[in-house]
Amino acid sequence: MKQTDASSTGWQASNTHNKRRVSVWVAAWVVSMAMAAFGPRFLWDFNTALTVISVLINLALGAGMIMANIRQVKGMDEMQQKIFLDASAVTLGVGLIAGCSYELLEDIRLIGFQPEISHLILLMCLTFALSLIVGNRRYQ
Amino acid sequence: MKNNIRVLRNERSLTQAQLAQALEVSRQTINAIEKEKFDPSLPLAFKTARLFNLAIEDIFEYEHVE
Repeated sequence: MKQTDASSTGWQASNTHNKRRVSVWVAAWVVSMAMAAFGPRFLWDFNTALTVISVLINLALGAGMIMANIRQVKGMDEMQQKIFLDASAVTLGVGLIAGCSYELLEDIRLIGFQPEISHLILLMCLTFALSLIVGNRRYQ
Repeated sequence: MKNNIRVLRNERSLTQAQLAQALEVSRQTINAIEKEKFDPSLPLAFKTARLFNLAIEDIFEYEHVE
């Protein structure tokens, strides 16, 4: 059986490349989100055309980020894909349940403030990260 | 599912990383399969058997769990 250096293989190199690509798309999307959020107020005084363009750019970069993420997941090996799938399922469930309950809390006046989407996004990010850690530990 | 990948790998003086490289999976996946914490897919099982020049049933043993 052929024994070769395990430091870099086609599969590993492709995986690393995919991760870098996702990082670039995420960074671009975050910057475009900031532009769409703060540009109208601080840069172009709510010019409608520029605001629409910034939102369209943000959406386009978001689509690119999703595609890059799909490519990265497809490039993972089967155990990594399973860990990712399990974490996604938990995150989707928590996001749905917590989102509905959070909205309800305001409707039935158990909380005195307007629910913020950012709170839900933060919860989903933390849930996904925690699920990945638990998933990786399960197979160690 | 039981398997004797660790034995076969040691017989051929392969590290987990080298086997992972040959099978195009991560070293963590090889480790999980060896510890019987993760069952490989049929394609990966065939690939493993082909790599060791053995039949699948010589490497993996199915255990029915109630």
